[in-house]
Amino acid sequence: MLPNGTLIGEMISFAILIWFCVHFIWPHINKAIEDRQIKIAEGLNAAERAHAELKDADHKVAAEIKVARQQASEIIDKAQQQANQIIDKARGEAVTEINRLKASAQDDIASMAQRARDLLREQVGALAVQGASKIVQREVDASTHKALLDQLAAEI
Amino acid sequence: MASEPQGGLTEYIQHHLTHLTPHASNGGFWAVHIDSITVSLVLGVLFCLLFWLKARKATAGVPGKGQAFVEIVLEFVDGQVKDVFHGDRRFLGPLALTVFVWVFLMNAMDLLPVDLIPWITEMFGVGHFRAVPTADTSMTFAMSITVFVLIIFYSFKAKGFSGYMSEMFTAPFGKHPLLWLPNFALNLVELLSKPVSLAMRLFGNMYAGELVFMLIAGLFSAGAGLAGWALYGAGIIGYTVWGLFHILIIGIQAFIFMVLTIVYISMAHDHH
Repeated sequence: MLPNGTLIGEMISFAILIWFCVHFIWPHINKAIEDRQIKIAEGLNAAERAHAELKDADHKVAAEIKVARQQASEIIDKAQQQANQIIDKARGEAVTEINRLKASAQDDIASMAQRARDLLREQVGALAVQGASKIVQREVDASTHKALLDQLAAEI
Repeated sequence: MASEPQGGLTEYIQHHLTHLTPHASNGGFWAVHIDSITVSLVLGVLFCLLFWLKARKATAGVPGKGQAFVEIVLEFVDGQVKDVFHGDRRFLGPLALTVFVWVFLMNAMDLLPVDLIPWITEMFGVGHFRAVPTADTSMTFAMSITVFVLIIFYSFKAKGFSGYMSEMFTAPFGKHPLLWLPNFALNLVELLSKPVSLAMRLFGNMYAGELVFMLIAGLFSAGAGLAGWALYGAGIIGYTVWGLFHILIIGIQAFIFMVLTIVYISMAHDHH
């Protein structure tokens, strides 16, 4: 059965309708679909990227901690060395100071002994002169015999 | 419809407004509208098949175009349900989706040339065939009565028998025994008006749309000669413009049917 004019007219209108849908309605629907696809793809990508970044950050943190720990132990070592050095230095200084003090004390002792010996010698000299004058029963002029007495005192 | 003399537009329209029914039925109970049933079933199966296939192959990654389209429709419907109904959406969501897509597809049959499908069926010896199931009160009432049954079911489920009954007799005016009857009458009217308005709104829009298409189609055979061709051109323009306008109507009517279904059922859950 052939289509009549009514059906042909309706088909022409229908074709125009389809054309309209293809050009003015479908693009909007298609855009909504593609926007959704893009949005989902972006979301998934972002999530993946964030995941990778987190992993990266974790690795970085671990490395940093390792370095920090190493540095800390190095600092401790250095500090210990320094402390040892300071102690050694202080010990050395103390020893030299002790030696110095000991030497000066010995010097003092030696000079004091010398002085005491000199004093003693003079007094012995005087005693000897006195003794000799008493024995000789006469005045011995100390000044005339000074050279003799000095020699005597030095011999003691 | 057997044809009477005047022929022309009246007969044309009457012919097109006649449903396909079994010959033996004589307008009785078994005068089922085979055309409405066939088209609605085909479209329902189409909808289920399309969504089922896309849902079965759905991926959590970037969706294909088909899946993205299904997702957009689903999200749209779910958003509407979420806006109105604040409860378990596991039943109402799919119901709204089915109503929306199915009604939309059935309405969309209105966009096909009114003579196309009858012309095809006539070649197989079937004279009357109306392709728009929603322009058939049987179809729209079938859906709205289903919704009505669901309204009653959910009213009982949400409030219990006594709760629902006490609401029917004491709601809007008050608890006084003298007010029981007015309350009940008002509630009954409110309840019964829901399926009627739901069905008649959709039917009215689609029937009128179909009728306008037929009236415009009448221009295609209105005259002869130059005037005839001028009317033919006017017919094409009119038919196209009405078709474009109708794209809007089929979507809006499907949307309204869905939203009202959601609203009615969520109202059944609400306590006064």
